[in-house]
Amino acid sequence: MLRSVGLESPEELFSTIPADILLTDRLNVPDALSEMELLARFESLAAQNAAALRPSFLGAGAYTHYSPTIIDSLIQRSEFFTAYTPYQPEVSQGTLQAIFEFQTLVCQLTGMEVANASMYDGSTALAEAVLMAERVTRRNKVIVSPALHPEYLHVAETYVAHAGIELQQGGFDERTGLSTFDDAAVDDKTAALVVQSPNFFGCVEDLAVLAERAHRAGALLVVCVTEAISLGLLKSPGACGADIVVAEGQSFGVPVSFGGPYVGLFATRERYARQIPGRLVGVAYDREGRRGFVLTLATREQHIRREKATSNICTNEGLIALAATIYLETMGRRGLQEVAAQCAQKAAYAARKIGELEGFSLPYSAPRFNEFVVRAPAAAEGLLERIADEHNITGGLALSRYSPARANDFLVCVTETNRRSEIDALVAALKSI
Amino acid sequence: MANIPEDLHYSKDHEWIKVEGDIGTVGITDHAQHSLGDVVYVELPKVGDRFTSHEAFGSVESVKAVSELFCPVAGEVTEVNETLNDEPEKVNADPYGAAWMIKLRIDGGGEVDKLMNAAEYEDYIKAEAD
Amino acid sequence: MTTPKATTHVTQNEALIFERSQTGRCGYRLPALDVDETPIDELIPSNLRRDDDLAGVPEVSEPDVVRHFTRISTWNYNIDLGMYPLGSCTMKYNSRLNERVARIAGFANLHPLASERDAQGALEVIYELQQHLAEITGLPGISLQPAAGAHGEMTGVMIIRAYLDARDGEASSKRRVMLIPDSAHGTNPASAHLSGFTVKTVRSTPEGQTDLDALRDLCSAGDVAGLMLTNPNTVGLFEKNIREICRIVHDAGGLVYMDGANMNALVGWARPGDMGVDVIHLNLHKTFSTPHGGGGPGSGPCCCTKELEPFLPVPRVVRGGDGFKVDYDQPESIGRVKAFYGNFGMHLRALAYILTHGRDGLREATEAAVLNARVIAEGLTSDYERPFSDPPMHEVVFTDKRQGRKGVNTLDIAKRLIDYGFHPMTIYFPLIVQGAMLIEPTESVGRQEIQQFVEAMRAIAREAQEDPELVRTAPHTTKIGRLDEAAAARKPILRWKPEEKSATA
Repeated sequence: MLRSVGLESPEELFSTIPADILLTDRLNVPDALSEMELLARFESLAAQNAAALRPSFLGAGAYTHYSPTIIDSLIQRSEFFTAYTPYQPEVSQGTLQAIFEFQTLVCQLTGMEVANASMYDGSTALAEAVLMAERVTRRNKVIVSPALHPEYLHVAETYVAHAGIELQQGGFDERTGLSTFDDAAVDDKTAALVVQSPNFFGCVEDLAVLAERAHRAGALLVVCVTEAISLGLLKSPGACGADIVVAEGQSFGVPVSFGGPYVGLFATRERYARQIPGRLVGVAYDREGRRGFVLTLATREQHIRREKATSNICTNEGLIALAATIYLETMGRRGLQEVAAQCAQKAAYAARKIGELEGFSLPYSAPRFNEFVVRAPAAAEGLLERIADEHNITGGLALSRYSPARANDFLVCVTETNRRSEIDALVAALKSI
Repeated sequence: MANIPEDLHYSKDHEWIKVEGDIGTVGITDHAQHSLGDVVYVELPKVGDRFTSHEAFGSVESVKAVSELFCPVAGEVTEVNETLNDEPEKVNADPYGAAWMIKLRIDGGGEVDKLMNAAEYEDYIKAEAD
Repeated sequence: MTTPKATTHVTQNEALIFERSQTGRCGYRLPALDVDETPIDELIPSNLRRDDDLAGVPEVSEPDVVRHFTRISTWNYNIDLGMYPLGSCTMKYNSRLNERVARIAGFANLHPLASERDAQGALEVIYELQQHLAEITGLPGISLQPAAGAHGEMTGVMIIRAYLDARDGEASSKRRVMLIPDSAHGTNPASAHLSGFTVKTVRSTPEGQTDLDALRDLCSAGDVAGLMLTNPNTVGLFEKNIREICRIVHDAGGLVYMDGANMNALVGWARPGDMGVDVIHLNLHKTFSTPHGGGGPGSGPCCCTKELEPFLPVPRVVRGGDGFKVDYDQPESIGRVKAFYGNFGMHLRALAYILTHGRDGLREATEAAVLNARVIAEGLTSDYERPFSDPPMHEVVFTDKRQGRKGVNTLDIAKRLIDYGFHPMTIYFPLIVQGAMLIEPTESVGRQEIQQFVEAMRAIAREAQEDPELVRTAPHTTKIGRLDEAAAARKPILRWKPEEKSATA
């Protein structure tokens, strides 16, 4: 083939690269592995991830839920996983229709009117929501609940560092475990209140009250949901009056996979559709009146509006959005309700049993969904390590990871995948220590 | 061949203005709508907003492009064509009529006289094409 | 001559799932609740619970779902079906082996908040991939946290900003201009804007190279923070003066960011670090074959010089005395750009790609990608206008100039290519080339398929002369024809609504 283009050696293909840049040595990368060798290598690495192989009560932004078998089977169809962004609608209707269904499902669950085709994850979706709130209101103060996932807050801080937005911390009620927003702080410079529900400590916020508080000052309410299964049971943020809703969609059948890839959900009101970041799919017709779907309202996006775009996002999380879509359609209306109910019931059972243990307490009084804080009689980190070593259970997340003052607190998450025997084993383990 | 009515004044940004007393009616030219393609959205200012000449007063979008709208002369917006919210396609169908965009109370200073007449604008778009 | 399209075939007319829903259908089964049930009112008061009974969410069976997605999937073109020459997107083969690796339970079921000691295997994967990418780019500082190319760009530009702020203190506020060539991806200016920079455009020469005089002129103002450059650039040419370009920017006190979208032309042959580049992002979903997934997930690692390393996002994965560690102690860091550690599933696949190719395979893949583009360039020059004469790297740009005389434009040619069984190339990008068709074959197509593609393109060129209407009305073989995108944008319908019979009502 080289000869067919008049060349003698592969080096001539790179003749436009100056000689002093061309690599003379071979890369310091190992020689190629065969399929068998590669699998053996990765199997042995995977075996060192002890946490993946034992019962776990970790949540805090990544949740272990059951994923029906057909999801992984369908997303591995070549037609889905080896296609790209549907720039050419005539040969991308499968992807486009799936995204349209995804947008619809996100609207149904969040109670909103417009949802985009996905963001990278919940944390970046939240950061984009903060930027959007500034665009919509032309105000630059954003008050964030202290019960927001600390990593989400950290991401938002990075995103807005040069955007002229001031992030202020809201209040927190140490008795209920709920966010509070001081009347004086919510003023006519406030673009948005940002609140997570269920919040980082597992407590369900009263969003309707918070929406009213935000709107009284002409600000938006941005609601963040990290445990999206809760939407099967809890009143939708839209029904409570939220203006922008973002969520981590990983709970919808996506493996925890050490933190990604996940999928960010982003929804808002119709009147803000032109301010939304990311891609949108809409209905369109061909000349013969057949219904199809296209990428639309693209003038918001970076490839057209460049530095004035609503976001720099291009590639999103298409295949993960597809997995979430298949999950939601397979579980359906009743399945989502049942999964959510089981999570709440099992968490309630675990909380009751742990709360009854000598020396352990549940510090917050607010209603919870499937996560709750436990205050232990000793430092939680050491306690959880011992439970892992001696009882082969990952008992939860020591909150000292994010806040040194919470040395004795840990966060427990229970889902439909945790059998009663696992919960009882956790309770027994805590008791024995 | 673009349609260029005789009774209007034209700016280099391809806006037209029709002057009646101290009120100017502003829109984009037939040539401009043609180069944009199918117009899908028009963003317009509010009554009472003030603009100087060459200042952006809004934007017009086709499927794959956004163009800013530039005010041909300085003035204060007295009326906005709200019907373009629902029917942006009028910009393609009737750029000099139903798709007028804003009415301005023109500031003094003779800026209108610096604009092109129909013949000058025709030469201008010919020169641009070369 | 239009071929009639299937109008009644059931798989061609699959409705929206909402339109298939039937009350009472069910596609799942959970184990019975195995704990004592507490009345729900005691757990969560009714005012905090949904009162809409999830109206509108579909009720369908498992076979309904499988048929639904299988049917609509057949409406997609995909890499496994054939050549997907989308320029700048590097649509190469996605190995099934890598999919298997990512699904090993010890990775897939590993929670990101597991303690370090319980996640050593995963941390080693991240660390090892970092080492290989550092070697491939010649840039030793690296973070795998960014989730996509644009995210990596934003990270890189924020690093530049943080570095300048640390170096210049107050005076840094005078450096707020980011230079971006007129041929750049739209994500570049959007990312620069997010970091608080204003954008100035650097023009290209008629030969498709960065204009050095224009660059010097822009740099002389003293307000330049940096340059964002794609290399090979978006017209598929290597920036021959890259060393000089970096020198001009460095002499002016700025830094050079390289958009790594086109790294598939360089791996194993040349390294951005050796060219004078300070920071780069990679697209693991392009160069390192992680699947594009219909629009993601991607992964956009950010690699930089030793000097810039302190500014990388936290946490960093490092090697400690007794294993791999997650290091949060980076006081100069720009912060976090994503929760947890990035798209770990993509890191696994990219590492598997590197290990199965090995040092020689990586170099050979690059060679094949460039050779394929060269064959296309040679094969189409007689029929299509090529605006730049320099030999292309891994992608080549043509225009519709000759076909335009017959009223056939780039969009028409792209649509007609579908009728020949190929996915269209990237069209109307880069913006500096009127009627651009950007073709990137990748290394994953063999000689025969390249020839078929060339022949298809030449046949279309003939049709444009002899029967332009046939090309203008293409495609003729798909489920639907060209859609009215203007009408869709004027009255957007962005979700299905239950109160209407369908979204069409």
